[in-house]
Amino acid sequence: MGKTISEKIFASHLRDAPSDDNVVLDLDVVMCHEITTPIAINDLVERGLDRVFDPDKIKVVIDHVTPSKDSKTAMQAKILRDWAKRNKIKDFFDVGQNGVCHALFPEKGFVRPGYTIIMGDSHTCTHGAFGAFAAGVGTTDLEVGILKGVCAFRLPQTMKINIVGTLPVGVFAKDVILYIIKELTVNGATDKVMEFCGEVVERMDMESRMTLCNMAIEAGGTCGVCMPDRVTAEYLYPFIKDQYTSIDDAVSDFEKWHSDPDAVYADELTFDVSDLIPHATYGFKPDEVKTVVELEGTPVDQVYIGSCTNGRISDLREAAAVLKGHKLAPSVRGILAPATPLVYSTAMEEGLIKIFMDAGFCVTNPTCGACLGMSNGVLAKGEVCASTTNRNFNGRMGKGGMVHLMSPRSAAAAGVKGFITDHRVL
Amino acid sequence: MKKFSGATLFLDRDDINTDEIIPAKYLTENSKVDLGPFVLEDLKLAGLSPKSDVDKAQIIVTRNNFGCGSSREHAVWVFEVNDINVVIAEGFSRIFRQNMFNCGMLAIELAPSDIDLLFSLGSAVEITVDLEKETLQGTGGGKSLDFAFKLNSFDKELVRAGGWLAYADKNY
Ligand code: SF4
Repeated sequence: MGKTISEKIFASHLRDAPSDDNVVLDLDVVMCHEITTPIAINDLVERGLDRVFDPDKIKVVIDHVTPSKDSKTAMQAKILRDWAKRNKIKDFFDVGQNGVCHALFPEKGFVRPGYTIIMGDSHTCTHGAFGAFAAGVGTTDLEVGILKGVCAFRLPQTMKINIVGTLPVGVFAKDVILYIIKELTVNGATDKVMEFCGEVVERMDMESRMTLCNMAIEAGGTCGVCMPDRVTAEYLYPFIKDQYTSIDDAVSDFEKWHSDPDAVYADELTFDVSDLIPHATYGFKPDEVKTVVELEGTPVDQVYIGSCTNGRISDLREAAAVLKGHKLAPSVRGILAPATPLVYSTAMEEGLIKIFMDAGFCVTNPTCGACLGMSNGVLAKGEVCASTTNRNFNGRMGKGGMVHLMSPRSAAAAGVKGFITDHRVL
Repeated sequence: MKKFSGATLFLDRDDINTDEIIPAKYLTENSKVDLGPFVLEDLKLAGLSPKSDVDKAQIIVTRNNFGCGSSREHAVWVFEVNDINVVIAEGFSRIFRQNMFNCGMLAIELAPSDIDLLFSLGSAVEITVDLEKETLQGTGGGKSLDFAFKLNSFDKELVRAGGWLAYADKNY
C-alpha cells in the first residue's frame, strides 16, 4: 500500500507509538513567538527545566506586537529575548530584523521538504507549502517541543484536493482557498491533512502556495501540504546549494517525499477553477464566502494589506498595480504592513511603497498588528475592514468590528472605491 | 487528577471559536489566573451572561467544532481557572481538543443525538463523568440519562498522568 507525503514524514520521524492511533514524532524545527511562548518559558523556569533540546532547531521571533506597545507586551518580548539569549538560540529576530513568523521563517530558509515543524500558532500550516508537516499547537505542546524535541499526533488522515483548470487573470490563491473553505465549511477538514495537488498548484509560485496552505486551518485542517518540486527547489536553492550539486539534483531528491500514486486518502475532491471569480467573506466565519459581485457596494472604513496570508512581495505588487495612479476614497483609511523587512525593502526598491503612500496609505513596520486586533489599525465598534488576512471572527480586528477577507487586489480596489467591488472592472 | 463532575453550562451553537472564548487582546497576560474574568467575552449567544454563567458551572455542553480557530491554549486555561475541566461536544477542533488533554482536562465527544438528549434535560443539569468506565450521567428536570463515550487511549493516559508535560518528561 502506498503512502501519502504525511505518512512518509511521520514514518521517518517516529520516536514512539504510544497507541495504535497515536505517534510521537521527532521535530526538525520548533518556532516561537512572543504571545504563546512566554507562558511556556515561565513554566519551564518554575519547574527547574530552563533548557532547550537543541538551540539550532529553535527559531524565535517577536512579531505579533512589535515594537512593544505597552508594559505587558514589552514584558512578553523581554521574556522571549532573555530566554533566547540564555539558551544560545542564534536564530532570534528582534525589532529591526523581525517580521510575521510565517513569512519570515520561510524567507530565511528554515523550512525544508520532509521536515516536522510545530509552533504555538494555528497558521503554522503555512509551511506545508514546502512539502513539510507543519502544525499549530498549544503552549503545552510547544513547551514539550522546546524541552524534548518531540510532539504527539494522531495518525494523519489526508484529504486530497485537486485544483485543476486554468486560474483566470485577476484571480488568486486567496480566491481559490476562500472558495474551497466555503465548499468544505470551517469544520470540513478537521483532523485531516489537506494535500493540495493538480496543475493549478503545480503552476503556483511558493508565495501563492503559502497563501493556500496558510488557510488550511480555517477549514479545520491539521495542515496544508504541497508536493516539493522544481518551484520549491528554486526558492530554496540559495539555502541548500551546499547539499545538492544542482537544482535538478534537489528536485529529484525531493521526490522521495511525494505521495505514492496508490496512497490511500480519506477524501478526494476536485475543484476546477477555470471560471472562478474573486471571492470575499461576509460574516464572522471564514466559510461565509461570496463573490465580490454579490458583495458589490458593501462600504468599508479601512483597508488592511499584510499578514502571513498576503503580506509578501507578490501581494504588494498586486495591490500596487491597482493603486497606481489612484487615491484611496476619502472615507477609507489604508494600512500596509509588509510582512518582513525584506518585503519592505524590496517594495521600496521597486517603488511600491511610493505608490501606496501616494494613494494615501499608512505604511507600518512588519508586524501582525491589526490582523489579530492588537495594534496598528484596530477597528472601532461598527467599523468595517477589507483585509488580506485570514480570519474574520467576531472581534478579531477589534471589538465590534467587521472584517471581509479577500485578495490584495480586491482589498486595494475596495480602498479606491470605498466599497467592495470587482477589481477586474475598476 | 482534576474534578470531572458538576453543574452544566449549555452553549447552543456550532463552531464556537477561540477568539470568542478568550479575545486576542487578553493574550498579553503572562499568568493564567488573570484571564479568568474574560471568559467567553466575545461569544454572542442569546441569554448568555458569560462570566456569571461560567461561575455557576463546572462542565460545558456544546455542539460541533468547538474551539476552532487560534491555537491559543489560553482558551483551555480560561476554563481551567474558572473550574471547568470538562467540555462535552459533538466534535472539537484538533488543537483545542489536544490542549484540553495536554492540561489533564477532558474533551468528550458524543453523537449529536446524545447532545440533544443532554440539552433536553433542561437548564439545571448536573453531570458526573466516570473516566475509567468512559460513561457519564446527566441529571436534570427529574430525569437521569446515561451515556457511554470513547476516549483515545493515549489521551486517557495524558489525563491520568496529569498532562502531556508530565507524561513526556517521564517517557522521553
Ligand atoms: S499575521 Fe495574523 S494570522 Fe498571521 S501569525 Fe500574525 S496574527 Fe496570526
